[in-house]
Amino acid sequence: MTDHQSNPYLPYPARISRTWAETEDKSLRSYWLSFDRPEDAAAFAFTPGQFAELSLAGYGEIPIGIASSPGEGPDLLFTVNKVGVVTTRLHELGVGDAVFVRGPLGHGYPLAAMRGKNILVVAGGFAVTTLRATMHHLLAHRADYGKITFVYGARTPGMLMYREDLAAWEKRGDVDMFVTVDREAPGWSGMTGFVPAVVERAAPSPENALALVCGPPVMIKFTQPVLDRLGWGADQIYLSLENRMKCGMGVCGRCNVGPWYVCKDGPVFTKAQLDRLPKEY
Amino acid sequence: MSQRILDHAGLSALFKALAQGRKAFVPATVQGKATWIPATDLAQADLSLANTAFSPKNFFFPQSECLMRFGADPAQAHEPMQPAPGLDQDLMLFGLRPCDAKALALLDRIFGQDPAMLDPYWADKRERTLLVGQSCPAPCPVCFCTGVGGHPFGTEGLDLLFTDLGESFLVEVISERGERAMKDLPMDAAKAAAGDEPGKKDLARREELKNQAEAALALDPANAPDLSALDKAEVLDLYESPLWERLAETCLNCGACTFCCPTCHCFDIQDETKVDEGRRVRNWDSCMSALFTKHGTGHNPRGRKLDRVRQRFMHKFKYIPIKNQEIGCVGCGRCVRLCPVNIDVRQVAAQMNGQAASASGGQRP
Repeated sequence: MTDHQSNPYLPYPARISRTWAETEDKSLRSYWLSFDRPEDAAAFAFTPGQFAELSLAGYGEIPIGIASSPGEGPDLLFTVNKVGVVTTRLHELGVGDAVFVRGPLGHGYPLAAMRGKNILVVAGGFAVTTLRATMHHLLAHRADYGKITFVYGARTPGMLMYREDLAAWEKRGDVDMFVTVDREAPGWSGMTGFVPAVVERAAPSPENALALVCGPPVMIKFTQPVLDRLGWGADQIYLSLENRMKCGMGVCGRCNVGPWYVCKDGPVFTKAQLDRLPKEY
Repeated sequence: MSQRILDHAGLSALFKALAQGRKAFVPATVQGKATWIPATDLAQADLSLANTAFSPKNFFFPQSECLMRFGADPAQAHEPMQPAPGLDQDLMLFGLRPCDAKALALLDRIFGQDPAMLDPYWADKRERTLLVGQSCPAPCPVCFCTGVGGHPFGTEGLDLLFTDLGESFLVEVISERGERAMKDLPMDAAKAAAGDEPGKKDLARREELKNQAEAALALDPANAPDLSALDKAEVLDLYESPLWERLAETCLNCGACTFCCPTCHCFDIQDETKVDEGRRVRNWDSCMSALFTKHGTGHNPRGRKLDRVRQRFMHKFKYIPIKNQEIGCVGCGRCVRLCPVNIDVRQVAAQMNGQAASASGGQRP
């Protein structure tokens, strides 16, 4: 049980190589983590939409979505909201400090099913993390996909994450970008309004398309009827869930939605699957 | 040797022989409670006990278990965590009941659900522990193993099984590990524990006791709840049943059922530090606790008492069957005995089945 192959609880040692405050209220910080040992980086083979358990020795472990795509190199990007013991401590750390990483865990977005399709990405608030990873993957393999529509909303311009990425995607010209903030703000010349209204304005066609949706429950609740009106089927919509987790392997028992564990069977589910399950998320 | 007849001295000799090179545990009464104690002689055991108050799952999944250690000194921050070592010697449980052995087999399929992510802490202890069961000619009053696919003479999960025939014991080899253990007996001990081939009379006696046990269980119709409609029911049909409302009125969410249950396996992982050393531990947790599912943001997907009591029964009788094609209860009866408000899992399961049967008539909207 001394190596990672035989002990899935054993985390890889890593260190912070870059960190910055992601949002104006400083509640979210982003971290690039470098594995201490190159063989660990090589072993950590993941796909967009998967997550990892980050841990600080003596503080505990937390499940966080991987915000970078495998194509961005061996380092991993995470964005962490300051809410509990581990995240608060993590917010105090800087470059060079030790962070342990365990994973990758869960099933990501359905890359195979997405090939050749038009892709609608709908993100709200800080749930954009694994969708950033997915966008990087889609754009690195741009020719494999049809039209890409990216809808992303935050409360204020200062709460928008990954602004460098957003600017770069705008510039490319091969992504339909709909970045919005809740209301008018000084210095903001972009779109305003809530995500569901912007999706309605964008009116993405369900023809040969899949939607990837991740955001706060209120966003999902009001976006859903819009997609229904536009003719999207429940099996075309993929949602990424989050629940409290510990083991990350479908054993410890707390993150289940009906018979399925968000950590092991998810976090990505189709809306058709979720429609038949309790709303325990 | 697949079946042998031993007298009392022979069984004691067999115990002694198997206990060589193994740390052995037997059921016994300590301070009025039936529990497992370390033993070097079978005389220390009370094999007449119906079952231990708590299931033996803690031998494989301790209530609190160190997973790994780390230095808590900031200077050691980058040092890899050191996994806790496995067992330092082999173990034996002697006198295990078939329901508890079946529960361990069920947990093997949960802790080992993914060969790529096999739980090494569970697997190490399972591999290194010999399970010697004893069949139940006289099941206790709240047992119902036959109602959930088990049997008082069941062998699943066991390495060896013995049956008290009155004057003698019938010992049966069940698994490969059991066969190996019998082959590896020290020569002199093997002689003392060799016994005889069972005769026709012995086998007839075993059959008679088995039938008696089945008849005893069948005396109470509650022991055989009709669960036939559960499989076909939609998750939501069961989930939205009015039965949970009623159950939640009585359930205290105390968690006694989850702690005594041989198949409950939920856990928490926590870091502990003192001065310059730290450890990552896993502790039993319970779906009856609100904290179990509470998000960092304060949102709780199972925030109400009703949600939590429903989770326990849905997990045993719907979710585990969906994932593992088996019921997640072995009928040991401990929760029936221990529940302070007399919730009876047999009744709840039967009510779930009733809900399933009535829902399967109509179409969901």
